Amino acid sequence: MSLTEPRSMLDLLNGFVTQLREAGLPVSLTENLDAMEAVQHIPLEDRDAFKYALAATLVKNQAHWRSFETVFEVYFSLRGPEYALSEAEGDSALDELWREMQDQSQAGDGRGGAGSLDALTPEEIAHLLMQALMNGDQALMRALAKQSVQRFAGMEPGRPVGGTYYLYRTLRNLDLDGMLEKLMQAMAERGDASSGLEQRLEREEYEHRISEFKAEVEAEIRRRLVADRGAEAMAKTLRKPLPEDVEFMHASREEMQSLRKALQPLTRKLAARLARKRRHGRRGPLDFRNTVRHSLSYGGVPAEPKFKYPRPAKPELMVVADISGSVAAFARFTLMLVYAISNQFSKVRSFVFIDGIDEVTDYFKSTEDIAEAIHRVNTEADVVWVDGHSDYGHAFEVFWDRHGREIGPKTTVLLLGDARNNYHASQSWVVKEIRAKARHVYWLNPEPRSYWNTGDSIVGEYGAHTDGIFECRNLRQLESFVEKLA
Amino acid sequence: MAADPSPRFESVQQVRDGLRDLDYLADDGIAGVAYLADRLGKPVLVEGPAGTGKTQLAKSIAELTGARLVRLQCYEGLDESKALFEWNYKKQLLRIQADRASDSWSEIHDDIFSDEFLLTRPLLEAITADDPVVLLIDEVDRVEVETEALLLEILSDYQVSIPELGTIEAKQIPLVFLTSNNTRELSEALKRRCLYLHVDYPSLEREREIVLAKVPGVTEHLAEQIARIVRSIRSLDLKKAPSVSETLDWARTLMLLNIETIDEATAKETLHILLKYQTDIAKAAKELSVDE
Repeated sequence: MSLTEPRSMLDLLNGFVTQLREAGLPVSLTENLDAMEAVQHIPLEDRDAFKYALAATLVKNQAHWRSFETVFEVYFSLRGPEYALSEAEGDSALDELWREMQDQSQAGDGRGGAGSLDALTPEEIAHLLMQALMNGDQALMRALAKQSVQRFAGMEPGRPVGGTYYLYRTLRNLDLDGMLEKLMQAMAERGDASSGLEQRLEREEYEHRISEFKAEVEAEIRRRLVADRGAEAMAKTLRKPLPEDVEFMHASREEMQSLRKALQPLTRKLAARLARKRRHGRRGPLDFRNTVRHSLSYGGVPAEPKFKYPRPAKPELMVVADISGSVAAFARFTLMLVYAISNQFSKVRSFVFIDGIDEVTDYFKSTEDIAEAIHRVNTEADVVWVDGHSDYGHAFEVFWDRHGREIGPKTTVLLLGDARNNYHASQSWVVKEIRAKARHVYWLNPEPRSYWNTGDSIVGEYGAHTDGIFECRNLRQLESFVEKLA
Repeated sequence: MAADPSPRFESVQQVRDGLRDLDYLADDGIAGVAYLADRLGKPVLVEGPAGTGKTQLAKSIAELTGARLVRLQCYEGLDESKALFEWNYKKQLLRIQADRASDSWSEIHDDIFSDEFLLTRPLLEAITADDPVVLLIDEVDRVEVETEALLLEILSDYQVSIPELGTIEAKQIPLVFLTSNNTRELSEALKRRCLYLHVDYPSLEREREIVLAKVPGVTEHLAEQIARIVRSIRSLDLKKAPSVSETLDWARTLMLLNIETIDEATAKETLHILLKYQTDIAKAAKELSVDE
């Protein structure tokens, strides 16, 4: 129990805070001190309590929780057993099992498994797993997760392969999708879930258990990797960007999910902020009528001057977005964001193009569900003219022909895309004409600035006629642009 | 700063059990943070979606410790005179008029700026109280960023400075809870002074327990079903996911209707208790119907 000594505890926590800072979490000095104080009140053998104590003092933003958890798991995964009292008083069997697994992974040989599990054939393992999933037997699930990693992942010390590779190998051997179907079948045979609703609920329960199992497998792989490579090296490879820093153009499917989740609270905040900004505008000139009216209560003395508050007109917005493959995700998020705060604009119209252009405003009008509207944009909009490769020039030309006269002095036009024109004619005169009529024209580009004007990108040529080109690689940049706009 | 003589709680487990007796089912995180708040003498910032029991937590802790709950409801435009203290102008005026002849100015001046003419508002009341109190600052995200600064002194040092009277220190360190619906980012200064607790929608097991504890007469089977359906609905992409309080409303409704097992028809008919937007209801109804 050397770690309970103040000195080593201090070092340990300092190391942890350093890791957190490297992962991009802001931890101030006072918070660090608070954490030190907090852990003194917590029984150290209680791992969960320890984790919550650190979280409460060090992490002050829910979006950072995942990063914190990862760093915690990695940093303390090997130190776990040292915290545990060797003869724990009346702990649950689960903790016992966990500790056992810890001890083994620390021994490093990864052999031995949870007792008898070693002798089983793969079929028996699959059968056992199904049993465990069906009954929600968590202890067995953990043991099986450990066993399957040991068997299927094929982990070798010092091999420079990421954890995802091992995860993939393990899960491929287990065939969890097939498992779900089998579970559903077994349930149908038992016949205790007759109605569709029951079936749906059962299915979700199984899916939930399977995802728990997956998390267990992932944790096991992580533990082994940490044992192999050391916590510091692992923390680096596991570092994931915060949702607002994920790049639109390279987001994986999971990241897209988390982006979509991050978008909703963000729009809510943005709308609240914009509404507030509008209300708390500067003071305007003296409101003479109002001042005189109020002076009556002071016997005609204008004791309380009243001012006019400026009511800035809400801008009218036209969004013209490229939705071809590479930038589709970006266009989608921008449209979602713009429509989520559409009450900050007097009118929003949207157009999408690849090489042909189509107006999609009606999709958003006919439904309150933005996600559904976006889906319709992707499936129904008529955006292909010849070959379905981006042709900004043609799209802009058609836009000007059909809608050019609807642009007025109150209109702000947003052009979205990477301006990779496949070497077609640019027709940048259209942008110039638009700017002459509109209040502002902005170009939003989801590519990093260093890629602009390389290859077939001609964003500079279009950009010269706009009021500004903005790099919008992630949610954070997009948010700050939209805030400026409204 | 007045030293706290004895901690309120012995262990995390005690907090948890105590809250359970009051029908507030805390998970490890909630109980742990409440325990730490007492030990460290620090305020707790509770964040999370609406209707997950943030305010109720403060109320239950107050009940558990036998303390009085002092509540400050935040809103846009909240200022010093509503949150901290205010001079009782009318009384001061009366005092001056009452003996205009006798006293000298300096006496009157000393007199009218004394405790007698001070109207205490929730924050001041919480730290000057002799009996144990729990201070709840509700929906702190509604005040402007500038107003947040009002809270800083009391949160870090448990004292209030009044220009005319000097600094008033707390007689005892109250437990302080701040709740936020996260409509805006709170300032770093405020966050730094607080312990942070995020209360999310409960897990399936905890929600079932909550239903069992809060709705009298509900069967295990029904509670399980309710929790499952609610989890299923929350996983949809909705404008407003059902909160715990809405789950409880739904459970009570089902009890009133004498329903023991929920089938699709009942679920659809009573969805409007869980969901408050027409589009959400339509979507959930579509999802819950057979689509195998």
